[in-house]
Amino acid sequence: MDMTLPSVASAKTTETVSQPQPLAVSQEQLIYANLLDIGMKAGMALLIVSFGLYVSGILSPLVPLNELPNYWSMPVNQYLTATGVGTGWSWVKLIGHGDFLNFIGIAFLSAVTIACYFRIIPIPFRNQERVFTAILAIETLVLILGASGILVIGH
Amino acid sequence: MHPHPLLRIAFLAVFTLILLNADLALAADLPTAAEEGLPWWGWAALLFVVTFFLGIVAVLGGVGGGVLFVPIVGGFFPFHLDFVRGAGLLVALAGALAAGPGLLSSGMASLRLAAPLALLASASAIAGAMIGLALPTNVVQLALGTTILGIVVLMFLAKKSEFPEVAKADSLSAALKMNGVFTDAYSGKSVDWRVHRTPQGLAMFVVIGLMAGMFGLGAGWANVPVLNLLMGAPLKVSVATSKFMLSIVDTAAAWVYLNQGAVLAIIAVPSIIGIMLGSLVGVRLLKRTNASVVRKVVIGMLLLAGGRALLKGLGI
Repeated sequence: MDMTLPSVASAKTTETVSQPQPLAVSQEQLIYANLLDIGMKAGMALLIVSFGLYVSGILSPLVPLNELPNYWSMPVNQYLTATGVGTGWSWVKLIGHGDFLNFIGIAFLSAVTIACYFRIIPIPFRNQERVFTAILAIETLVLILGASGILVIGH
Repeated sequence: MHPHPLLRIAFLAVFTLILLNADLALAADLPTAAEEGLPWWGWAALLFVVTFFLGIVAVLGGVGGGVLFVPIVGGFFPFHLDFVRGAGLLVALAGALAAGPGLLSSGMASLRLAAPLALLASASAIAGAMIGLALPTNVVQLALGTTILGIVVLMFLAKKSEFPEVAKADSLSAALKMNGVFTDAYSGKSVDWRVHRTPQGLAMFVVIGLMAGMFGLGAGWANVPVLNLLMGAPLKVSVATSKFMLSIVDTAAAWVYLNQGAVLAIIAVPSIIGIMLGSLVGVRLLKRTNASVVRKVVIGMLLLAGGRALLKGLGI
């Protein structure tokens, strides 16, 4: 112990050393948090850049900006028919257009959670926590199913 | 969230571009749609301003942005409810993604508590989104209006418990290790928390997920009472875990809306940016604002928006 420390500081140090705080955050939670942070920032950056390219007119949109008011009050199925846009992942073919370029950022933000789950599954698996591993794995599958584009429905 | 200065500059740049493009569009003499009402850029700018204020009010009123966004934008803007719900989910998702890292790394939110509940909620959110997109719009409007008015009642009646007493964890939560240690930074108090009534909680999250997907609302208004009052998690853990759970549940539903084509960038992106910027301002105003007054304003706004959704659903 450093005897030159003031008594209050010494007391605090002793208290911290003698009463270590229980570990409140698990390893998988910290890894999840870090990946989520990186993914969220990257997704937001993509979204802002693509929206800038869209509204500035640098990339021409599929639906001209000044015609949007004719479309945004339609039910989605009517909008899809009127614009010729498909469902599922067909938007990928349209990312050369300014409006659909934004879908990259939106899809990225919507995929961050899937990546986080995928990343942490090995940790409880290594610790032989079968139930928790199964929960994480099933959640990943549910989210992938949602993202797959298989689940498309009309009015 | 404290965005990097470059991010703030980027936000401003995007809206400068909207206004610049607006000038060009005006100069080019816009066609019919714009002449009949506000042009596209007017709606986009108005949406940004409204969502900016919604972001402030949401933080001050202690509610999520999604629950204000869908009924208000759905009720007072010309956008179809399909696109508003899609944008609402993305607004709630973006807010949850932004808050998630801090809540998780500080230990306020619990992955162990969230994961089993989010699994059921996200599966039912997918079902809810599909049902919502399949139902006729007036039915969804009616159900949305009823739900919003129900949320108002819940906000009036629901109590909160800082540290609910849970004498013994139920066997399911014990098996799933849905427990933890929470250290309150304000009081310095450390609490070993556990939960009970897990089967009932899981059942409630099926319903919550269904409603979140169907209406694009986010679901913090329902998550917190279930986690705190029903399952007995400490209030701050409940609030933080609820916010984190939105990032999972809304991801599931957002994909359905995205794949269905029910996302328009011109509605979603200004809304996300507006709400997030507004939330940042709201956090700064939090200490200087009378929370009970703001809460009454939020309840008033929800009453108005819920009533309007009901009337629209009834064709009035």
